[in-house]
Amino acid sequence: MAAITYLEAGRRALAEEMRRDPSVWAVGEDLGRGGVFGQYKSLADEFGPARISDAPISEACIMGASVGAAMSGTRPVVEMRFSDFALCAVDELVNQAAKARYMFGGQTKVPLVVRQPMGMWRSSAAQHSQSLEAWYVHIPGLVVVAPATPADNLGLLKSAIRCDDPVVYLEHKNLWTLEGEVPEDEHLTPLGVAETVREGRDVTLVTWSAQRWACLEAAETLSAEGIEAEVIDLRTLWPWDRDRVLASVEKTGRLLVVQEAVSVAGFGAEIAASVAEALHKRLAAPVKRLGAPRVPVSYAPPLEARVRVTAEAIVAAAREQITPAAA
Amino acid sequence: MTPAPAAPQRHSNLDRPHLLRLYELMLRIRAFEELAVEAQKEGYVLGAIHPSIGQEAVAAGVCAQLRRDDLMLSTHRGHGHTLAKGADALAMMRELFGREGGTCGGKGGSMHIADFEVGMLGANGVVSANIPIAAGAAHAIKLRGEDRIVACLFGDGAINRGPFLEGLNWAKVFELPVLFVCEDNGFAATTRTSSMTAGPGAAARAEALDIPAETLDGNDLLALESATRDAIAAIRAGGGPRLLHCRTYRMTGHTAVDPAAYRPAEEVAQWRDADPIARVAALLQDGGSGSDELDAIAAKVRQDMEEICQSAKDSPWPAEARAFEDVQDMGDPRERAY
Ligand SMILES: Cc1ncc(C[n+]2csc(CCOP(=O)(O)OP(=O)(O)O)c2C)c(N)n1
Repeated sequence: MAAITYLEAGRRALAEEMRRDPSVWAVGEDLGRGGVFGQYKSLADEFGPARISDAPISEACIMGASVGAAMSGTRPVVEMRFSDFALCAVDELVNQAAKARYMFGGQTKVPLVVRQPMGMWRSSAAQHSQSLEAWYVHIPGLVVVAPATPADNLGLLKSAIRCDDPVVYLEHKNLWTLEGEVPEDEHLTPLGVAETVREGRDVTLVTWSAQRWACLEAAETLSAEGIEAEVIDLRTLWPWDRDRVLASVEKTGRLLVVQEAVSVAGFGAEIAASVAEALHKRLAAPVKRLGAPRVPVSYAPPLEARVRVTAEAIVAAAREQITPAAA
Repeated sequence: MTPAPAAPQRHSNLDRPHLLRLYELMLRIRAFEELAVEAQKEGYVLGAIHPSIGQEAVAAGVCAQLRRDDLMLSTHRGHGHTLAKGADALAMMRELFGREGGTCGGKGGSMHIADFEVGMLGANGVVSANIPIAAGAAHAIKLRGEDRIVACLFGDGAINRGPFLEGLNWAKVFELPVLFVCEDNGFAATTRTSSMTAGPGAAARAEALDIPAETLDGNDLLALESATRDAIAAIRAGGGPRLLHCRTYRMTGHTAVDPAAYRPAEEVAQWRDADPIARVAALLQDGGSGSDELDAIAAKVRQDMEEICQSAKDSPWPAEARAFEDVQDMGDPRERAY
């Protein structure tokens, strides 16, 4: 094991897969000079400018051309720079990539990975901060992945590249510099399998992406108070690891879903509804979601902070589930 | 590689008071951005800033010629355009610092500065997205029968997105009063734009749509002024859209923290010699301004801007509750946000 950053893990994943499979290539703006966050640093030296390809500022065409290239024998890794800019290519992703296989009666598959760095990060304001994972989970045909650790960014990106379906791959911008242990050998994290990060008997915290870390911090605090929270990092949002979540809530009787995204119509709603449907009689407390209010993300630090789900908020919500405030 | 522009030409019959005003404007823009970059190093500017240092002639030559009731849409690199359109520097600096009293109350930051009071309908965080919006603003002007025009500024990288074609086509089909201005600094982030752009660029693409276009030395204030004057007159007279393709160079990286290691030092040095402000100073001196006079203007501008910067630093944060304001009327999050 060696400690590397989340960013470096993604870089290693791509490099390993490109060495393994000559049909893998990456395309996006500024990739030749390492990409906007340095995720592609020096990859062009090893693989050349045809396989680490620059692109014009043409998101629709980057995505559309990648759909064509994916249906024609290659495996493109598409870099959208910020998840917000992927919105310039939604037709190509939703109407084309996600539909081609089905619409054409199974004649083709679209094996592409769309990397979309997401989330709030240092006063990036309303057009560079969004968490839109729920939109993609809603689209039949897409796989949706949101890694929270360096090991998962390595293992999940490799699995995503090997997957024959179009994968929306959401790295969190606030995690780029996070360090963590990563196996030195080949490391594949299976898609669709959650990780139980911490075991506990009292309440199940289901989360993904950067909120994993806020949940773990909250679990520490709760533990000091004698409340043992089980923390599940979904890692893949579609398909999500329903069995693991249901088994955990069977045990704890309580579900708290924690997400950075706007709570209204967020993916947490799907989990909460699924748990409520399946485990209604086993629940010791109503299911609960924590997420952002339905407002855009502001630039000014105090306003940005106001919509962030904090460890304190998670602690308070979990306590409330264990011991409801007197009505 | 974009060729460096020619050496400044001598003009004998200058309107010196007018040129002095533009000189001062260019100095204000530069001082604003230099202080913003400093303030970012000190931790006052938390988000990204994209300086236009080296490109001030476009703001002064084009944007400053708009009437106050004309409209303008800008880009992520829009401080200069916005100051030239008449926005208040203190409100802008506060916006960069995320403070109360900023042009957008601190919600937008540098990349989303807007000042509707002076017809500045917004910088934009999404490249090329301002082009169809500009066409639409001009469409409204035409529907309302007004004689206002819209100026739409964008970079050379923006012309490779679909909205560029769609917006120009729209403006021409409806013969709308838009002045499109491609501010070509040779780069799109870290990529040399010519390496990712087919054909000769913005002007040729406009001409293919029958939009009259002109390619200009974007560091030559007088050339920009005269081309803009003619274009605005034609547009205001109902002649439909026009495009100016202004070749310039940014002296900083893409953002203030980008070291711009991807460009050769000789190229940067060559363009430094073509500094648009120094070129105006040379013209003024040629027209009779003493260096004392010019130095005094520069010192005054700098001092005023330092005071503005200090006052922005002393401004309060917006109240937390503002996070919930101005989202929407129906389903206002102040009533229910979760
Ligand atoms: C649709 C979209 N894609 C990518 C970006 C990221 N981005 C911000 S500025 C920029 C370069 C723009 O180049 P250009 O239009 O020439 O303007 P300049 O920065 O040179 O002023 C890029 C790629 C973006 N903001 N929007």
